Amino acid sequence: MTTAARLTATDDGLRVAGALTIDAVAALAPAAVAGAVIDVTDMTHMDTAGAWFLIDLQDRAGGAQIVGATPVQTQLIETVRANLAPADAAPPAPDDLTARVSDFGKRVATAGQTAKELLSFLGQVVAAIAGLLWRPRRLRLTSLVHQCQQVGLNAVPIVALMAFLIGVVLAFQGSAQLRQFGAEVFVVDLISISVLRELGILLTAIIVAGRSGSAFTAAIGSMKMREEIDALRTLGLDPIDVLVVPRVLALMLMLPALGFVADLSGLIGGAMMSWIDLGVSPAVFQARLLSNTDVWHFGVGMIKAPFFALIIGIIGCYEGMSVGGDAESLGRLTSTSVVLSIFMVIVMDALFSIFFATVGI
Amino acid sequence: MVTDSDDHIIRVRGLVTRFGAHTVHDGLDLDVRRGEIIGIVGGSGTGKSVLLRAIVGLLQPQAGKIEVFGESVRDTGVDAYRDLRRRWGVMFQDGALFSSLTVRQNVEAPMREQLDLPDALRETLAGIKVRMVGLPEDAMDKFPSELSGGMRKRAGFARAIALDPAIVFLDEPTAGLDPVGAAAFDTLIKQLQAALGLTVFFVTHDLDSLNAICDRIAVLADRKVLAVGTMDDMMKVDHPWVREYFHGPRARAALASAGKTS
Repeated sequence: MTTAARLTATDDGLRVAGALTIDAVAALAPAAVAGAVIDVTDMTHMDTAGAWFLIDLQDRAGGAQIVGATPVQTQLIETVRANLAPADAAPPAPDDLTARVSDFGKRVATAGQTAKELLSFLGQVVAAIAGLLWRPRRLRLTSLVHQCQQVGLNAVPIVALMAFLIGVVLAFQGSAQLRQFGAEVFVVDLISISVLRELGILLTAIIVAGRSGSAFTAAIGSMKMREEIDALRTLGLDPIDVLVVPRVLALMLMLPALGFVADLSGLIGGAMMSWIDLGVSPAVFQARLLSNTDVWHFGVGMIKAPFFALIIGIIGCYEGMSVGGDAESLGRLTSTSVVLSIFMVIVMDALFSIFFATVGI
Repeated sequence: MVTDSDDHIIRVRGLVTRFGAHTVHDGLDLDVRRGEIIGIVGGSGTGKSVLLRAIVGLLQPQAGKIEVFGESVRDTGVDAYRDLRRRWGVMFQDGALFSSLTVRQNVEAPMREQLDLPDALRETLAGIKVRMVGLPEDAMDKFPSELSGGMRKRAGFARAIALDPAIVFLDEPTAGLDPVGAAAFDTLIKQLQAALGLTVFFVTHDLDSLNAICDRIAVLADRKVLAVGTMDDMMKVDHPWVREYFHGPRARAALASAGKTS
């Protein structure tokens, strides 16, 4: 193409020759100083950046004259001059410490606001679910069944495999410790209590939060972005009824079922490993399981399941509803949804532990 | 003939594009002259946007030759295609702004990717471009979701002209704007085209825009470019769709209002 611009000093100023384009400007900008006249007769080509460069030269030289520009070039220079930054445009940079303190304050206020909104969202959903008792016809059965398949049936393989491996690991690690005391047979109690009471349901809830909680946020969030939620409202449909209730209900029905699957395959994994590693035969495992493990261990796990489901469903849907117009907020809130629901599930689990210890189960 | 082909900044020959069994273009030819504003019109589904996407290399046609600046778009290597892209700007229908960047950062994005500029210079140049398209000062640091549709289109246009391209492709820039906003956008395109010496490839439905700013009009129908020429030429074309389009009530209103104002 054309040669890049060169600057040469003349008696009364500066001569610009060649193509004054954006690449040339980047190389020339800091060094150049003009005199009284800027001669651009030999300038073959000029773009917006070139025009800005000439104006900048002119201003720095205290109003030098630009001569030899073609009418088209003059017009471009004038267009650029008209669109320069206003002189008072620079905003005052806020003080570093002040900015940090105010940022911290804003975060705390936002967290408080989110907690309040989450609680009010929970209230709305619970009210909508309770309302179904009076008017069961408002329940969207097709949607509920579809969601049950998505969050329940499709999650069975991963949940079963996960629990099976947890059972295997518990048996393996437990046996190594218990063998030192010659108490190998207690591995059955170790596996059954930890899987039935805690691990089965807790790990299932964590997997479901990662799998379905994120899916809820992404699905509802992208509907929000494309104004589908607003469209529902204008049709007189409540998005809570249509979108949130089926998802939360499906999760509350399916998480106990998944928990049961996890309990079962955790016990199977544990029993298998005990047989291989310790020689505890399945028959012995079964007999000890039935005689030594109180059914309440299983009950405690199952009682927790719907509460975990409620937490995951509410947080997943709430974050989806808070998505704004941009793609970035969808990604950010999807990850918030997963992190927050896993965290809240663990907090809830801790509270349940205290509760069950107090009532003595 | 040599001077003639020199003058053609875009040459499309025998373009065939197909989606499955559906043929969009079948042996389409089109020439765009340097420095003109060419309006591409056609009914819905005649492949106006597809043609644009094929020319800028976003989709691979089944057959045909597309040359921009005398270089074939289909057969260039990665580096040549990169150079080629620097010399055109594309504005998509709704602006297609990056939603996680502010308006200024959006306009800076092509400069950041294609050039190695000092930060201050890049910000200054981006600022000039944003003001050139008529966006207010406070829009500079807003995110696309905080802008109105018309402002998003302006910001998209600012990003398209960020690198002072030789060709600007505009996909329905005035669709969805109110008549006043659309007219202002037309004027803006015309002004910048004159100031920057742009060639404008302008896909539109808007008869007012066609009438006001286009040097030539190309009509897409029956999987081909049916006619190319000025508005007056279009009035004489004898094809049912073209006649309907340019002689319909809306066309008459557009022409009449243009006649009144000029």
